[in-house]
Amino acid sequence: MRYTQELGKILNKTEIAKGTFDVTLHSPEIANIAVAGQFVNILCDGFTLRRPISLCGFDSKKGILRIVFEIRGKGTEWLSRLQVGDNMDIIGPLGHGFSLIDSSKKAVIVGGGVGTPPLLPVAQFYRENATVITGFRNASAAILQGDFEKAGAKTILCTDDGSAGIHGFTTQALEQYLNENECDIIYTCGPKVMMRSVARLAENHGITCQVSMEERMGCGVGACLCCVCPTKDGKGKHLTRVCVNGPVFSSTEVDWDA
Amino acid sequence: MPDMSVKICGISFKNPVIAASGTFGFGMEYSEFYPISRLGGISCKGTTLVERMGNPTPRIVETSCGILNSVGLQNPGVGRFLSSYLPRLKKQDIVVIANIAGNSVEDYCEMAERLKDSQVDMIELNISCPNVKQGGVNFGVLPESVAEVTAQVKKRSDKPLMVKLTPNVTSIGDIAKAAEGAGADALSLINTLTGMRIDIKSRRPVLRNNTGGLSGRAIFPVALRMVREVYKCVKIPVVGMGGISSWEDAAEMMIAGANAVQVGTANFHDPFACVKIIEGLGSYTDSLGLKSITELTGTLSEW
Repeated sequence: MRYTQELGKILNKTEIAKGTFDVTLHSPEIANIAVAGQFVNILCDGFTLRRPISLCGFDSKKGILRIVFEIRGKGTEWLSRLQVGDNMDIIGPLGHGFSLIDSSKKAVIVGGGVGTPPLLPVAQFYRENATVITGFRNASAAILQGDFEKAGAKTILCTDDGSAGIHGFTTQALEQYLNENECDIIYTCGPKVMMRSVARLAENHGITCQVSMEERMGCGVGACLCCVCPTKDGKGKHLTRVCVNGPVFSSTEVDWDA
Repeated sequence: MPDMSVKICGISFKNPVIAASGTFGFGMEYSEFYPISRLGGISCKGTTLVERMGNPTPRIVETSCGILNSVGLQNPGVGRFLSSYLPRLKKQDIVVIANIAGNSVEDYCEMAERLKDSQVDMIELNISCPNVKQGGVNFGVLPESVAEVTAQVKKRSDKPLMVKLTPNVTSIGDIAKAAEGAGADALSLINTLTGMRIDIKSRRPVLRNNTGGLSGRAIFPVALRMVREVYKCVKIPVVGMGGISSWEDAAEMMIAGANAVQVGTANFHDPFACVKIIEGLGSYTDSLGLKSITELTGTLSEW
């Protein structure tokens, strides 16, 4: 049995930016086997579909999961109203996560908005060899900068309005970084347009790149075929399930032009 | 403990709960939660003669008490179903129902022939997929075409044939009688109801296919009424589905006249839904003092 259903008691909950919540849960079975880039599917009372939320952290010793999510609709709004001591009904760990190669390699991590949280465990693996470029609407929407620094990573913050860090997009910062520095591997999660540009830059520089895709999801375990993503390989073009074959794909596997 | 087994056109199911087509893949995914041999049966993902990519995304959206989907019959084709998926599924002690869809009567017949010598226990004729222009739904809405495709497939197949009906019709009783008259061994209903959601910011449909099939709790009362109507029209067994989310729903469906039930969308909400329904039905049957769950079917006293 690869998947577990657990009632995870909420140990901590903080609103780290307007409408963005940082929640830790006691969920020992899932925490024990989770890897970076995986997600859990959370039941929202009164809704048919669970909400897929990526793991921002997992500690097998303490049996703890950390999720950071933004209110996107009524389901996540319901989730945001749960309090410390309440239980979250979760299934997981789901999906194919990031491949972490060798912590002595130089990794560049590019996160856009609420796509940033699943990248924290990647930064914690590469530590001082990680450079984390993240982009947000403005200074008050910027999250997890302290966590990335605590992991030992170098951070480059970008905002759309220039209210913090670099006034501009993560892709501009990435291009400049790659022109001036060594990089062995790139990891990215965020808006599709951003990841597409990151994938192109990676390809132009001949660097391996892993992307975490998002799609409206049904079952979360690969049975319903709702959350497919256009991919390509030697055999042709495919629609591949984000929930089991992804969410993490090699950037060259994704058919960005579909 | 009462006898939970049911027999539908000669096939024995260890209990009356079948995983519904399109929500359970070919069984492998949910076997990561529990041994799927606990189920009475599985109706496999709708399969076509050749592989289909399906529709572009978004393919799913939540609605009040339900979901709309427009997957569009993405499937590996009957060849890979037989060579790769079926052998794995047959290792489980579970009734395997192949759900087949096509563009033409000939497609359906060819599929039925391909399944002839296979280990498939039963065929479910999908003449009701709402998400593919020629995914069978055209066959499903007129009694004449239902009779035609049913009769032709029956001639070319040696497997028990269950015809899956669409609710998007004026008189489901007439359709049911047409299928029965043409030789169907059982009927299953309902498939999804065609529906739509709109993104009010962009003023475009949420689903890339514009419309999709509505399933989940919202459709249960409609499904129940239709199963009742069909049960009164035909003599062949009826498998009821549409929004069943609890053992109580399953019990209602059987009281209305279903010999067995299929559970679909509920699996997305609770991956253990089928197992809980089996357990709940067992206790309920026991509490009624029935020796066999088959005694429940059609016991409704209408006003």
